[in-house]
Amino acid sequence: MLETFLGRYVYAFVVALLAIGLYGMLTKRNLVKKLIGMTIFQTAIFLFFIEGSTKMGATVPVIVAELGSDPARYVNPLPHALILTAIVVSVATIGVALALVLKIYRTYQSIDEDDILKEMGK
Amino acid sequence: MIQKHESIVIQVVARALVPLILLFGVYVIVFGHYGPGGGFQGGVILATGVILHRLCLGRDFSHRTLPPGLAGGAAIAGLLLFGLMGIVPMVFGGAFLDYAHLPLPGYSTVDLRYLGIGIVEVAIGLAVMGASVVIFDSLAGGDSDA
Amino acid sequence: MKFLVFFVLGVFAVLMFYATTSLPDRGDPAAPANVYVSPDYIERSLEDTGTPNLVTAVLADYRGYDTLGETIVIVTAGLACIIILLKRKDYDTKT
Repeated sequence: MLETFLGRYVYAFVVALLAIGLYGMLTKRNLVKKLIGMTIFQTAIFLFFIEGSTKMGATVPVIVAELGSDPARYVNPLPHALILTAIVVSVATIGVALALVLKIYRTYQSIDEDDILKEMGK
Repeated sequence: MIQKHESIVIQVVARALVPLILLFGVYVIVFGHYGPGGGFQGGVILATGVILHRLCLGRDFSHRTLPPGLAGGAAIAGLLLFGLMGIVPMVFGGAFLDYAHLPLPGYSTVDLRYLGIGIVEVAIGLAVMGASVVIFDSLAGGDSDA
Repeated sequence: MKFLVFFVLGVFAVLMFYATTSLPDRGDPAAPANVYVSPDYIERSLEDTGTPNLVTAVLADYRGYDTLGETIVIVTAGLACIIILLKRKDYDTKT
């Protein structure tokens, strides 16, 4: 039981972050707070991928002469490459989302969901 | 609209820091072969330099020194350069993005792929820098009622 | 409404915790993610591309197609920002 916990405790943090992000997206009425929830959700997924790339006794994926090309001595480079692109894409997504929020504010003079729905019903 | 910051200290420090940040961004891009770095990280560092310039020195001055059209042009140029690096090896008998078939005589396959990775990193850096600055400019551009 | 949200979150967390029980241990060198293609990348990258940084080699060479797609996404996001916040005279005066 303790062995299992020590091997998997990182996933507990990832699940907690996923739940916090989902909570922010579901319950908050403010659009910017919803975006913060989305960012926390994305960060949890990044951490999950990076955590999956670790190996015990391995170092960063830059080949040095002393270690040679032994796969057991370097962590998995593939999740790093995937997440590197995903982080920049998430920044671009947040940029587009903020642009939409700004447009909504200019049109309805509010970023609160209830106010916007009331204004749209008029 | 972003005004010039009233404190002379912030203006001078920003003027001194921006070239260093841009230089560090270029260093991170070209050092991607040998250490932590590459197009994505370096492009974002370049964009932070430009955004610091915009925030501390005001929109009028900053748009004259680093025109916003240049950022959009850099984004498109980076994307086109990346696409070209995919198309050119296809024309010369390789697969899409197969840098070993670049038409440069006198280089071995390993050297050609090394060179191709470098050019692609520069293209990614240009595209990321341009897109980030364009997003910042369009978000900060409004002066009507914000 | 509030109760429903917490119910959904609880079900989500329980399902996720249940899913983690079948994931590999932390830092396991024999985990499926670490044995399939990544040893090939680590062994061949230096002699194939001459690049000691494996992340750069994977990003720009082995998976260049993926990176091209991501670059297209980023530039498209920039264009979308410009188009969303464009000031259209006929539209802006109406609202």
